[in-house]
Amino acid sequence: METFTEYWAACNDREAREQAIARTSAEDVAWALNKEQLEPADFLTLLSPAAAPYLENMAQRAKELTNRYFGRAVNIFTPLYISDVCTNHCRYCGFKVENKQKRTHLTVDEAYQEALAIWKQGFQDILLLTGEAPGISTPEYIASAVRRIKPLFASIGIEVYSLTDEQYALMVNAGVNNMTMFQETYNPELYKYLHPAGPKSVYEFRLDAPERAGRAGMRSLGLGALLGLEELWHDGFATGLHAWWLQRRFPGTDIGVSIPRICSHEGFFEIPHELDDRRFVQYVTALRIFLPRDTITCSSRESADMRNHLMQICVNRVSAGVSTAVGGRVKSTETPPQFDITDSRSVEQMMADIASFGYQPVIKDWEDPTCTSTAKAG
Amino acid sequence: MLNITVNGKAFEAPEGASVTDVVLSLKADPAKVVVERNREIVPKDAFGQTVVADGDEIEVIQFVGGG
Amino acid sequence: MEDKFVLGGVELTSRLFIGTGKYRSDDLIPKVAEASGSEVVTVAMRRVDAEHRGIMGHIPAHMRLLPNTSGARTAEEAVRLARIARAAGCGDWIKIEVINDTIRLLPDGYATAKATEILAKEGFTVLPYINPDLYVARACVDAGAACVMPLASPIGTNRGLRTKEMIAVLIDEMKVPVVVDAGIGRPSEACEAMEMGADACLVNTGIASARDAVEMARAFGMAVRAGRIAYLAGFGGSRTLEQGASASSPLTGFLR
Repeated sequence: METFTEYWAACNDREAREQAIARTSAEDVAWALNKEQLEPADFLTLLSPAAAPYLENMAQRAKELTNRYFGRAVNIFTPLYISDVCTNHCRYCGFKVENKQKRTHLTVDEAYQEALAIWKQGFQDILLLTGEAPGISTPEYIASAVRRIKPLFASIGIEVYSLTDEQYALMVNAGVNNMTMFQETYNPELYKYLHPAGPKSVYEFRLDAPERAGRAGMRSLGLGALLGLEELWHDGFATGLHAWWLQRRFPGTDIGVSIPRICSHEGFFEIPHELDDRRFVQYVTALRIFLPRDTITCSSRESADMRNHLMQICVNRVSAGVSTAVGGRVKSTETPPQFDITDSRSVEQMMADIASFGYQPVIKDWEDPTCTSTAKAG
Repeated sequence: MLNITVNGKAFEAPEGASVTDVVLSLKADPAKVVVERNREIVPKDAFGQTVVADGDEIEVIQFVGGG
Repeated sequence: MEDKFVLGGVELTSRLFIGTGKYRSDDLIPKVAEASGSEVVTVAMRRVDAEHRGIMGHIPAHMRLLPNTSGARTAEEAVRLARIARAAGCGDWIKIEVINDTIRLLPDGYATAKATEILAKEGFTVLPYINPDLYVARACVDAGAACVMPLASPIGTNRGLRTKEMIAVLIDEMKVPVVVDAGIGRPSEACEAMEMGADACLVNTGIASARDAVEMARAFGMAVRAGRIAYLAGFGGSRTLEQGASASSPLTGFLR
């Protein structure tokens, strides 16, 4: 079976894409917006500068498709950082090993206490995150934390380092139903520069992680490029293509895309291709039009105003009550965050705001049938 | 005489009759039919040498109009 | 414009397949074949008897023969018929047709996939006639089918593209050609199937039952070509573009 790494390497022709972008006309944009099933080439059309003047048309189309496939509903989840111990050297990240900050690694019991606090706030969909330190945050440690908190939640996701087939199977058996893996960039040379050492430096092992999780039976797979590292028509295009490819490889699996824009952190990093708000919205609406059935998740990196608007166009999953510092909910901590949160709304505020613009906030979209989620709040 | 079945009907054939003889007795062209003898396809070039035996079930099949 | 149509390793110029059943007179068949431009023709198999006359004398020599397994009620019967067809020495193409409901005349997808698997392994070029069901189609392709032949409406009904949405799903999902079969009564319906992106159409009753079958065959040939050209030309749509000023941009006006 062809891997995505092989597929992408075979079709990743930067020059051809650049030429296609330059040739794109308003007629091509109209053509893409009128199609029911877009091809990758149409997606590229919508990412081109030629499509930029038609942002409102794109937003209208994205909203129409979102309403058709998801209705007026937005899912709410929250992340739980259980360890920021990290052996990676990612040049843009607050958790990188060079940042000699105090590190926190929760025990399984401490993770449970944090999860309990989250559960008391009313969440049913939780995302567990760790830094990349497979010797400390071992797969078994992550699985143990999952097994411990499983009775509290309907859905548990992980956003951790790349695992092997067997390790993903371990996660699925422990009760994980969602995995998120940000490739950061789909440019192998840039990837190597940004991740010079550490386990994450192996581009291919990360790129093929979602399909390993899919093979292990993960119910949903989430992807994302860190927006700002590369041109939109490179990394943005590749992200959509990756989702499109996975959808065809795993027709029974839910595919989701996250849209993280790189933001400030501790440690200087000059953003090579900073995305302004209009280009950002162009990307998000193009994703929706290309992938009408995929979940689009928007994190608290974005402002409340941006998120409120995007939810009314095509974003259908958001985080709330976010702390990107480890152990941020129960024990007060001096751990610096991975990135700055710009939308700090609690789950109650988020639900009220979503309802205020006529949408339904959804706390529990689905329940893992193997979950023993019998706990009752209060 | 041999008692055989051809296309589901009782049929009498002389001793030593070949598949070709059976096909011709149906007024069909041996070049344009396929013959099964006891559910085994008889190769076209073996029609002449294939002698039928008592109790054989013979099917003579041709292409007809269809969609 | 180069537009190759390859099926089972054979390159075809016409995307219309015709049948040979139900003609007022079989003498019409060569004229129908010529008027339609078709290169693929279906035939059935029956016992030699007084009512059924052989059809081979009426089929132009250049045409590729596509025998069907009509009459088969199980996968095993379809396999038997396929082997008989091959023994006739007219190639190894076979249209699998398994029907065991004589009232509805709808194909049995499970039996069809099973027969496809057996025959593909024996080296046949298998063209399975199916309901436009994604899972049945996938099962057939996984089993080695050279294409899928979804029905447009029940066989012989001339009711047109009743299964349009489902055929669109197959066109989108299948890596093998999609040949729309059964139920196409009018050239406009064949044209529509081709406009949607179908790779070919098979028409029998629609032509055979016309008052003038030869002229109708000509019309179907043109319609299939027109639909294909239109598909390749690409449709515009009703959505038009407006360069949005903020006043008329309810969704994106918040962006500076």
